[in-house]
Amino acid sequence: MWDKEMIIMLAEGTADTLYMTLVSTLFGYILGLPMGILLAVTDKEGIRPNSFIYKVLDFTANLIRSIPFLILLILVIPVTKAIVGKSYGPSGTVVPLVIAAAPFIARLVESSLKEVDHGVVEAAMSMGAGTGQIIWKVMLAEARTSLLVGVTIAIGTILGYSAMAGVVGGGGLGDIAIRYGYYRYETDVMVVTIVILVLLVQILQGLGMLLSKKLDRRRA
Amino acid sequence: MVHEEKLLEIHDLVKDYGNGPVLKDISLDVHKGEVVVLIGPSGCGKSTFLRCMNGLESIQSGEIRLDGNVITDKKTKWSEVRQKIGMVFQSYELFPHMTVLDNILLGPMKVQKKGKKEAQEEAERLLERVGLLDKKDAFPRQLSGGQKQRVAIVRALIMKPEILLFDEVTAALDPEMVREVLDVMLELAREGSTMVIVTHEMQFARAVADRIVFLDGGEIVEMDTPENLFTQPKTDRAGRFLHTFTFEKKEG
Repeated sequence: MWDKEMIIMLAEGTADTLYMTLVSTLFGYILGLPMGILLAVTDKEGIRPNSFIYKVLDFTANLIRSIPFLILLILVIPVTKAIVGKSYGPSGTVVPLVIAAAPFIARLVESSLKEVDHGVVEAAMSMGAGTGQIIWKVMLAEARTSLLVGVTIAIGTILGYSAMAGVVGGGGLGDIAIRYGYYRYETDVMVVTIVILVLLVQILQGLGMLLSKKLDRRRA
Repeated sequence: MVHEEKLLEIHDLVKDYGNGPVLKDISLDVHKGEVVVLIGPSGCGKSTFLRCMNGLESIQSGEIRLDGNVITDKKTKWSEVRQKIGMVFQSYELFPHMTVLDNILLGPMKVQKKGKKEAQEEAERLLERVGLLDKKDAFPRQLSGGQKQRVAIVRALIMKPEILLFDEVTAALDPEMVREVLDVMLELAREGSTMVIVTHEMQFARAVADRIVFLDGGEIVEMDTPENLFTQPKTDRAGRFLHTFTFEKKEG
């Protein structure tokens, strides 16, 4: 199996998977980070309670998260086509990945921000810091290690989702695994893709944890 | 010392979390340069009362004025008012990810938009005063409780507040560290800072206060000079409370 074509295919598959995962994580955070901040801030225990905004976001997040990814993938095909022009291949997979990842990321961000000691937030309030200053200078700054752990969790999850997109021709390692392992019974190719996926997750996870440990000033 | 100018006026304040008032029609004036100490049994509402003064707790009725301006109506810009009311907390509440200096500079630089040079000079001057200049680049976890609390006091002072609130600031400290924090507060009092202090340190209360307010069951039971209150309390409740801090010598 180790001919040149196979190696090129696996290399391209790896590159596609990384592309889908990282681009989706990036856009997932562009949508999910503000959503998570809003969830944490407008919660009744938050610094600017607003039950209307909270309930709308809470419901939206739950709604999207309750749709299985495989079904979401098919459901949003019209949206995907409208945005990237096609519903297959790595770019076509990014759209449903972002839609699925954003509420998940919002929840990760929300729970990270809620871990910040309320006393510290009150200390900032007591010196006259405004809502924006408290969010940027205190909540996000103090939650940064937890937020980074969240990023590694998000990347791992999105990587897993991206492989699922292989079922509908999504490209990447998942696509290769399904085509060779499921349709052609070439189990060895599938095993290799799994090994690559495992390595990717390990490397990304390890990097994330290393970084978050480095940024943690609370421990000696 | 004569304190005439009213700085903080609290009128008929009621605080209710929803199951009966925890503060019942409390009125208290704090004059410029005055040190008021709130004492009373645990759960009497003294910390809640203090937290109402800078809006960390909402109030259900009554009125608070600072410099004659009402600060408890809906239009109150708390972020402006709170710059004039410094607060120091029981568990320090330093920002764990920031150095001592950054903890202190957040207020003046981000909230008051002062220049870095000016703010840093002031921060170093204040740190020097509390004997912690050599710790300016340390992180909170590297400090002892007493040191953390002195940093927290500096963090409140650098905003140049008109009044300082202290919420049981020595309650979480080991006994040998209580002194270093109380000494800083005594010095502030001597310099004429206006302070409202919640504490269980009766000796300290007696030494630092111009006026002692004894709270029990959400009400002001007695209010007097430390001399009068500690030696001849007018009410039974105050007498009984103060008695819990004295011990009879064991019969031998």
